[in-house]
Amino acid sequence: MNLLVCVSKTPDTTAKVDFSEDGKSYNESGKQFIMNPYDEWYALVRALELKESEGGEVVIINVGPASNDSILRKGLAIGADKAVRIDAEAPDALFAASQVAEYAKDKDFDIIFTGKETIDYNGGIFGGMLAELLDLPFVSFASKMDYQDGQATIERDVEGGVEVLKTNGKFVISASKGLAEQRIPNMRGIMMAKRKPLEVVEAADVKTGPSVDKFELPPEKGEVKMVDPENMEELVRLLHEEAKVI
Amino acid sequence: MILIIAESKEGKFKKNAFEIATFGSRIAQETGRECAAVVLGSHENPSVLGNYGVPRVYHVNNDKLDNFDDVAYRDVVTKLAGELNAELVVLPHTAEGKGLTGKLSVAMDAGCISAVNGFKVVAGELNFVRPVFSGKAFATYKAGEGKLVVSLIPNSLQIGEATGDEAEVINKEIDFRSSGIELVEKNVVTGEVPLPEAELVVSAGRGMKEPSNWGIIEELADKLGATTACSRPVSDSGWRPHHEHVGQTGIAIRPNLYIAIGISGAIQHLAGVNNSKVIVVINKDPEAPFFKAADYGVCADLFDVVPRLTEAIEKFKAENN
Repeated sequence: MNLLVCVSKTPDTTAKVDFSEDGKSYNESGKQFIMNPYDEWYALVRALELKESEGGEVVIINVGPASNDSILRKGLAIGADKAVRIDAEAPDALFAASQVAEYAKDKDFDIIFTGKETIDYNGGIFGGMLAELLDLPFVSFASKMDYQDGQATIERDVEGGVEVLKTNGKFVISASKGLAEQRIPNMRGIMMAKRKPLEVVEAADVKTGPSVDKFELPPEKGEVKMVDPENMEELVRLLHEEAKVI
Repeated sequence: MILIIAESKEGKFKKNAFEIATFGSRIAQETGRECAAVVLGSHENPSVLGNYGVPRVYHVNNDKLDNFDDVAYRDVVTKLAGELNAELVVLPHTAEGKGLTGKLSVAMDAGCISAVNGFKVVAGELNFVRPVFSGKAFATYKAGEGKLVVSLIPNSLQIGEATGDEAEVINKEIDFRSSGIELVEKNVVTGEVPLPEAELVVSAGRGMKEPSNWGIIEELADKLGATTACSRPVSDSGWRPHHEHVGQTGIAIRPNLYIAIGISGAIQHLAGVNNSKVIVVINKDPEAPFFKAADYGVCADLFDVVPRLTEAIEKFKAENN
């Protein structure tokens, strides 16, 4: 099978959230960056499992500057066969999806994977945009996928439960927790990754979407009000009269 | 023209349909535009959206649209939006919405701002606000001049008071393709408010010690009229179903009241619940990090305090009914 996994770079989950003085951009200085966990733990690993059972090749792709090569190398160390970096800063999801679509349109990928959202912008729109640009159906927030005889049976998270879907043909899938189990690259993988191909592709001329005008931090939370455990009537009174939520 | 997509389930509007209607009609009012809704698939009474400021509803009544299909929904909404010359389409950031938003924006050749929780009009310009970094910050976007697709996070605003107005319902036939993806099965809890829509949530974690202890949580949720949720370790070990898991890797919720019982408050858990309006934390460990994110705290043994809270709620309900 010919599988493509789209990966993003995001600040580490524990990185401090702060912004440039004009509030226009995330303050990157002193931050650790990682491969977006939904892309790495679930999308990439499920693609690798499929390759192991069905044969074929896993290509990982990222739109970003040369400093993103480290996350692509990590993807190769985990087991991808080939990496592609489209050489451009991606200002938004539409730009990134359009670049990947340009690359993928004549390559005949059977399944294109990505994570359900990035952990910084939490937009979750990249996969749908890519699917539309390639005229493919989009299965979002998949938590399980079985594959047999060219047909995938997919469980997708919906409000209060799951839906089970059967695909027919090619599609784009976005991964949520459960689709696979995280894999840690071993020493052999890391050594092999150095010899695997990392192709740098020139960016196409594509559109961008609306951009952030201003980032702001939420107001500080007030002090917690401790309530006497012996007096739950008091808690109920506070929730009713002060917080007005019951 | 603003076109809102009103979601329904088994022929009735979901709560988020009224939120979207309220949201869309408010934007229409503040920017001097019209607002209409589209309803896809079978529906008992689309005209009730008139209650929330939407005067016209386009009903594409085809039972092939009863279940979500990204390609079919894209076709219908793109065609209708084109016909109506809609420059803004608003849909909910739900399971269906997440499957449609990005696709629709490309098909309409529109900009896209997903997962917003509010709007503001500043100096005559429409802006949308959305939480980023799992609620640790907010980003404001200018709507600009061109076409735009926006998705609204459920529970982001109070539904407006029903006005008693009925919307004009226009039946529409629109051709569409389908994705070829077949819905084989749907396993959804019934009779319970789904978590993303719930206004009151009672959630419990590892402090419960074992799954057989959940009786006191269900009892409290029942008396309060709340939906139950859980932390990641609890769903990972199979104590509670996966769909109850709230947090960074589970679902993000924003109820009016979130009661966290026996949950320490790891950063990944907070990421899914820190947009709740009011947070109550019950934990016997005074050092539990969750207390820092809470509005009200009770530092005590949960097995002792939860039944007493249930009792107090019951008493309160009896007095206030």
